[in-house]
Amino acid sequence: MPAKMATRGLSVWYGSKRAIQDVTLDVEENAVTALIGPSGCGKSTFLRTLNRMNDLVEGCRVEGVVTLDGEDVYGRDVDAVAVRRRVGMVFQKSNPFPRSIFENVAFGLRIAGMRDRQTLAARVEESLRDAALWDEVKDRLGDSALALSGGQQQRLCIARALAVRPEVVLMDEPASALDPIATARIEELIRELKRRYTIVIVTHSMQQAARVSDFTAFFYMGELVEYGPTERIFTRPIQKRTEEYITGRFG
Amino acid sequence: MPQHTSHEFEAELRRLKERLLAMGGRCESSIAAAVRALETRNPELASAVERDDRVIDADELAIDELAVRILALRQPVGRDLRFLMTALKVVTDLERIGDEAVNVAERARDLSAAVELPESQALLGPMAAVATRQLRRALDAFVEEDASKAADVLARDDEVDELYGRIVRATLAYMAAHPQNVEAAMRVTSCAKYLERIGDHATNIAEMVVYLVDGVDVRHGGARSRESAGTR
Repeated sequence: MPAKMATRGLSVWYGSKRAIQDVTLDVEENAVTALIGPSGCGKSTFLRTLNRMNDLVEGCRVEGVVTLDGEDVYGRDVDAVAVRRRVGMVFQKSNPFPRSIFENVAFGLRIAGMRDRQTLAARVEESLRDAALWDEVKDRLGDSALALSGGQQQRLCIARALAVRPEVVLMDEPASALDPIATARIEELIRELKRRYTIVIVTHSMQQAARVSDFTAFFYMGELVEYGPTERIFTRPIQKRTEEYITGRFG
Repeated sequence: MPQHTSHEFEAELRRLKERLLAMGGRCESSIAAAVRALETRNPELASAVERDDRVIDADELAIDELAVRILALRQPVGRDLRFLMTALKVVTDLERIGDEAVNVAERARDLSAAVELPESQALLGPMAAVATRQLRRALDAFVEEDASKAADVLARDDEVDELYGRIVRATLAYMAAHPQNVEAAMRVTSCAKYLERIGDHATNIAEMVVYLVDGVDVRHGGARSRESAGTR
């Protein structure tokens, strides 16, 4: 099966600083790919390059190829907003809008021009169910999203990302600010979601990468050091730098 | 490989390894004492082997406890995880080697008052030497984390088996000629069997060293390569 997304010789510069160097990686469909590595290794930059989030950063330059279903994401005629609709994103810090729960999920749909109330309501419910939040909020959809707990807010953000029916969901440390119970819920959700979505997750927690992902990519100083099935990376890494990093030998 | 950033973790792994090696050393001297008990017909030495075995049993409990502690608190991965797996397997083999030495010592006690089987009993010493050498080399491979030394142990497994075969054949011939001494002959065969088991345990340890170093499982004739083991 061809990869859902792929990069070939991808390099990213912020001004004169190269954040990513010549990365070639496949993102498998209906699987969870974890990006691990120390701070500043380029994993978040790589994630943002997949849906052209870096377009919004001044001085950012991308070289090489990023494809989605074989098509160049950075192609001349490709609309970045259309890419982001197909490749959604969930951020580290849950960032619900100061609106109702319902409106948070409906937000992207309204922007996309969906007006019919019934269709909207159906899609909001579906998204909240997919994000495993429906049962907790179905009786108070009109309440402010800010009244939800941290874990619920993060699942709301996932529901908001799912509402526009993306094919790929990028997650940038989605559970780093949550307690172990909320983290376990998010991880369980990620495993559920991979049946219908392709997921790429950046995480500082190696245990989390081990728990949720099918494939792991280890980045170090802007380079992709090693990529492989998660089970192998955590039991028999091939590269010395991977071994040192995952076993906690940081020099 | 550089040391762990956590000095405590580094120290725990070192302690685990040292304890295993100390246990391995005790197993070697137990075998030596058991064989000396056989050769010198000295029941006193047999009792000493039994006493030593209690220390070996205590080693096993302490090593298991340390390993569980590391697994729970450090959640090792990569080579550290393979080291923990190896430690947990090796400790079982060593404990059984201790038991086999006791078995040899018990037979030595019985045999001290029995007739001697010249040909068979003369081979027990050399067989014990080979089994002990296999064990020492397997432990050296473990200390040095040297897969080629471990492979060498695996390649020489036949030497113990070959001596076992010779002792069994010699004993059978002796029994045919001296049916009145079957009981003593059976005990000699048992000793050979215990030594053969010690050789097998040494082989198990060597197999785990290959796993520790290369991440490849070579047990039961398998040699799952990195590649084939690495696919989904």
